[in-house]
Amino acid sequence: MPNASRFERLAARDDRWITVSVEGEPVKVRAGDNAATAVLAAGLRPSRTTAVSGAGRAPYCMMGVCFECLLEIDGVENVQGCMTPVRPGMEIRRQQGARHCENNDREEMSA
Amino acid sequence: MTQAISRAARTADLCLIGGGLVGLAVGIGLQRNGLNVAILDEGDVALRASRGNFGLVWVQGKGDTLPEYARVTRLSARLWPALAARLRERTGIDIELQQNGGLYLSLTEQEVADREAMLIRMRAAAGGDYPFRRLDLKQVREFIPEAGPEVAGATWCPEDGHLNPLKLLRALTEAFLKAGGRIANSGRASAISPLNPGFRISTPAGDWYCDKVVLSAGLGNRELAPQVGLDAPVSPNRGQVLIAERVRPFLHYPTGHVRQTDEGTLQIGDSKEDVGFDSGTTTDVMAQIARRATRMFPLLREVRMVRAWGALRVMTPDGYPLYEASDSHPGAYLVTCHSGVTLGALHEGPIADWIARDRTDLPLEVFHAKRFSL
Repeated sequence: MPNASRFERLAARDDRWITVSVEGEPVKVRAGDNAATAVLAAGLRPSRTTAVSGAGRAPYCMMGVCFECLLEIDGVENVQGCMTPVRPGMEIRRQQGARHCENNDREEMSA
Repeated sequence: MTQAISRAARTADLCLIGGGLVGLAVGIGLQRNGLNVAILDEGDVALRASRGNFGLVWVQGKGDTLPEYARVTRLSARLWPALAARLRERTGIDIELQQNGGLYLSLTEQEVADREAMLIRMRAAAGGDYPFRRLDLKQVREFIPEAGPEVAGATWCPEDGHLNPLKLLRALTEAFLKAGGRIANSGRASAISPLNPGFRISTPAGDWYCDKVVLSAGLGNRELAPQVGLDAPVSPNRGQVLIAERVRPFLHYPTGHVRQTDEGTLQIGDSKEDVGFDSGTTTDVMAQIARRATRMFPLLREVRMVRAWGALRVMTPDGYPLYEASDSHPGAYLVTCHSGVTLGALHEGPIADWIARDRTDLPLEVFHAKRFSL
């Protein structure tokens, strides 16, 4: 089977299944997986668009180096998906271009 | 025979020692004057101030104790748009020059007051022509709504700006090569020997021959200058810089400590440290830089830092440049400064013209190293 996925789950891993949300759709993943695995399992491509040209990207190195797997996770933008363990109910969305940067301290701003 | 061929291959009208922003800018200006120019660059072991700088084209406050420096700084700022356009035309590279004004933010009233007093003195020295404004926090927020409540105020100068220094380095390099310039990564030039006429420059990759030689080697000038009867009392001064992830644009004007590039990256500076030739980074200084930046812009607390580096400024005892022709070795020139970005258009223009033609209207005497021995 030359075209079989090379992403094989190791027998020693946690084998409980949990459900996360990828772009609003439920996706079943293993408890020990990370958010980048979840978008790969969901077939979400691209999983982000770049900050300057808007080109499509998907998880690549899976070890925290390349930053290609940036996602919006539970409302927080630019999170490295491959370094973020899944949790039941996690809301994963595409990272669209550069992240927003907003003042969350409106009271402080008006001080 | 072989030797004759290799000598011809290593002969130029003029050699620049040092291929950073200073050497490249002077180099393309000399090409504009019709000279065949070669740049001898040390290579990647060099200290490379041109790869670590902040990218400001900055006017306000520069030359507060030397009106001629204020004048050449402003002249360079005025020459920048035309040079940026020529670089884009020749190389297709947009160096992201923006000159819509800049703010120097302060966290204390005292600092704002001191800066205003300095700029008032500079305006008087410039005969009244020196545009700036003192801003309180409310006025700062008309420029930058995201300025935090700890900002006491700022000084604003409409002539300030910024550019992308790495794109500038690339554009200058391509323009220089396209015009037939040669860049030899020849290792550190070890000796400059006067011939009659001209000079021989010894490098690990062989000797070069030229009629004129320009020392544009930054901190390396200290050892080279005495060989041609010049003095270059330059010392390293370290600045550390933080780079944050790209975010949507919120900062539409450069400030003295934080700027956002065209592409959304935040560059956050800086420190001034006397640590010799160590271009590293330290946790305590990075923390101080980050703390000041987040006081100025509280929204940066949420933003991730992705890189940091240290780079060594090329500082003279008074911080001002050295522009000097050798009396004892005619044809040898020294060009070195801390502000290679701001002064880039001056170097490509009037400074290159001075070296090519041996005359200038610039008040260069005040930039001679003799000022340190008076």
